Amino acid sequence: MWKRLLKYWGEKKMENRIDKKFQALQAAKRQALIPFVVAGDPNPEATKDIVLAMVDGGADIIELGIPYADPLADGTIIQAAAQRSLAAGTCIQTVLELAAAIRQDTEIPLILLVYFNSIFKYGQARFIKNIVAAGVDGIIVPDLPLEERTELAALAKHYGINMIPLAAPTSGERIARIVNEAQGFVYCVSSMGVTGMRQTFHNKLQDFMDEVKEATALPRAIGFGISGPESIKKLKHLAEGFIVGSAIVKQMESSKRVEEMREKVYDFVLSLRKALDQA
Amino acid sequence: MSIAQKQGRFGVFGGQYVPETVMNALLELEREYQKCVKDNKFYDEYMMYLREYTGRPSPLYYAKRLTEKLGGAKIYLKREDLNHTGAHKINNVLGQVILARRMGKKRIIAETGAGQHGVATATVCAMFGLECEVYMGKEDVERQRLNVFRMKLLGAKVKVVEAGTGTLKDATSEAIRTWVARVEDTFYVIGSVVGPHPYPSMVRDFQKIIGQEAKAQILEQEGRLPEYLIACVGGGSNAMGLFYPFYEDKTVRMIGVEAAGKGIDTPLHAASINGGTVGVLHGMMTYLLQNEEGQIDPVYSISAGLDYPGIGPEHAYYHQSGRAEYVAVTDDEAIAGFQTLAEIEGIIPALESAHAIAYAMKFAPQTAKEEIIIVNLSGRGDKDVETVAKVLGGEENGK
Repeated sequence: MWKRLLKYWGEKKMENRIDKKFQALQAAKRQALIPFVVAGDPNPEATKDIVLAMVDGGADIIELGIPYADPLADGTIIQAAAQRSLAAGTCIQTVLELAAAIRQDTEIPLILLVYFNSIFKYGQARFIKNIVAAGVDGIIVPDLPLEERTELAALAKHYGINMIPLAAPTSGERIARIVNEAQGFVYCVSSMGVTGMRQTFHNKLQDFMDEVKEATALPRAIGFGISGPESIKKLKHLAEGFIVGSAIVKQMESSKRVEEMREKVYDFVLSLRKALDQA
Repeated sequence: MSIAQKQGRFGVFGGQYVPETVMNALLELEREYQKCVKDNKFYDEYMMYLREYTGRPSPLYYAKRLTEKLGGAKIYLKREDLNHTGAHKINNVLGQVILARRMGKKRIIAETGAGQHGVATATVCAMFGLECEVYMGKEDVERQRLNVFRMKLLGAKVKVVEAGTGTLKDATSEAIRTWVARVEDTFYVIGSVVGPHPYPSMVRDFQKIIGQEAKAQILEQEGRLPEYLIACVGGGSNAMGLFYPFYEDKTVRMIGVEAAGKGIDTPLHAASINGGTVGVLHGMMTYLLQNEEGQIDPVYSISAGLDYPGIGPEHAYYHQSGRAEYVAVTDDEAIAGFQTLAEIEGIIPALESAHAIAYAMKFAPQTAKEEIIIVNLSGRGDKDVETVAKVLGGEENGK
C-alpha cells in the first residue's frame, strides 16, 4: 500500500512533520495512530500532560481541538469537552501557548481541528502565521468544504501548513477535487453523522476508501466513530492512518484527577497501538 | 432579478460553510430546486395549496384607527396572521415539503424557535402523511408550551435540545447534525432565510408571495407603491418575503426591525446587524452576535422567534449595500405595540410582529399623511398571550 506514496513524496520538499512522519511509518511498515483531544479539556494545564501520555502510548500524530461552542460536525461527547474547555477559559492564545509548550518536549506532528469562524474572526493570515510560530504542522477545518477553502488553503500552503481535507462516503465525484492540491493526508469520514463512538460504519466504506486511493497518492486516515481496539482491528486493512477522538475524550470524562486521566489515556492509546501493530 | 452571485453569495455574505458530509445533499437540493423553479406544475401545485389550504391571498388591511392615532402616513397591515397556522411560516413549508415529496424524501425534520415554523411543518406533514421531527430548544419548549402541544397533536415528534442556550441557535445546530446523519432519506425544512446556500434563496422564493401580493394589493387600493415597508427580522424570512419583490423599486424604503431586548447597549438583545459583526454560523457568512474569538454570544428577546444570533445573508447584503435599513426596538416597546394593536384595531399580533408595529408607532409620526407604510403582520399573538400576561401582571403588581 505504500509504493504509491513515493510518487507524492518524490515531488515535495520534506519539511512538514506530518509528511516526514508518514514517510518514516512507511519505512517501518506501520500505520499512523492519530488521537484527538480538545485543548483545554478539562483545563489548559492538563492538556500537555494528556498529549505527552498519548505520545508515550504510541501516538504518531496529535490532533488538538480548538474548543468551539457550536461545533456542527461534533457529537455530544466532543461538544461537552469543548464546553468544559471554554468554561476553563481556553481561547486561541491558550491553544497557541499549549502547542508551543508541547513542541518544546516533542517533535510529534501537531494538527489543529478548528471551526472556520474561529479562524475567520482571528484573521486567516494572522492565524496561520501564529500557528506556524507555535510549531503546528496542519489544520483540519470541518466546516470548510472545497467550495469555500481557496483563500485559507493558499495561505496554509504558503506558510507550510498542511491543510487536511475531509472526504465522506457521499462525496462521490467530488473526491478528485477534494484531494486536488491537498497536503498531508486525506481525512476519510467513516460514517455519516457527527463525531462519536459507533458499532457500525458506512456500508460502502470499502468502496469509498478505494475511490480515495484512486484519486490521490496521499495517505488516507479514517476518522469518526472509532470506539476502541476492536474498531481498529475491523478497519485496519482500509487505511494508512486512524483518528480516534470521542473514545479518548470519554476515557477522560470518567476521571476526576488529571493524573488518573493521564493514565487512562496512556493505557487506551497503548491498546489502540497494539491493535494496530498486531499482524 | 438574481442577487445571488457566485456559489449562493449575496455580496460577501452567504456561502456553504458545512461539513463535507452534507455537501452532496445541498447540491442535490439545489439541482432539484432549480428544476422546480422552471416547472409550471410545481408552481401550480404550490399555488393551489397556498390558496386552498392556507387561505391566500392574505388581505392588505388599512389600519385606519392606528393611522389616525399616529397622525402620519397611511398604515396598511399585510395580514399574514390570517394564514392557516397563524403566521407566514406555512408559505415556505408548503414549498419545501412539496419539493421534498418530489425528491422522494419520506422523513421531514425542522428546527423551531417560537414554534410557528414547527407547527407549520407538523401541519403540512400531517396533510401529506409524512414523518416529522421538530427540534426545539429547551427554553423555547418551556415558554411556548402551547405550540409544543399543537405539534404533538399534529403527529410530530418534538425533540428537546438541551445543548448550549437551549434556544433556536441550538435547535438549528442539532437539526443540521441530524440531517448529516441521515441525509439520504431526510429533508431538512429550514424555517428562515438562513443556513447554507441554497436555503436563503429558496426560502426567500417561497416567501416572496407576501411582497408580490402586497404590491398588487396596494396598487389596486391606492394606485401607487408605498413609501415604506416595515417588517420584523430574526432570521428574516417574513421581511425578505415582503422586501424582495420591491427590490428594484428604489423609491420604496425598506426597514427591518430587530429585537433590542432589554436594550442594544446591554448584553440582552438579539440585534445581529445593529450589534453584531461578520462571521460564520449554520453554514452562512453573515452578521452575528459573537465575541472576538468567534464564539456565539447568548442572545435574548421576549420574542422566541427573534431570539437568534444571526440574520439571513441577503439581509446582511441589503444592509451593507444600503438597500434596506435595520433598526431595533426593545421588549417594552414591542409589548406596547402588542397592546396598542389589540386595543385599537382588534388584532392581537405575535410578539415578533409587535416589533414591526412598535417601530411603525415610532416612525409614522415623522411621516407625511400622503405617504403609505406597509407593515408586515407576520403572525398572530395567541401563542404569546401567556408571556404578555406575565409581564403586564407583574407591572400591575408593582414589580
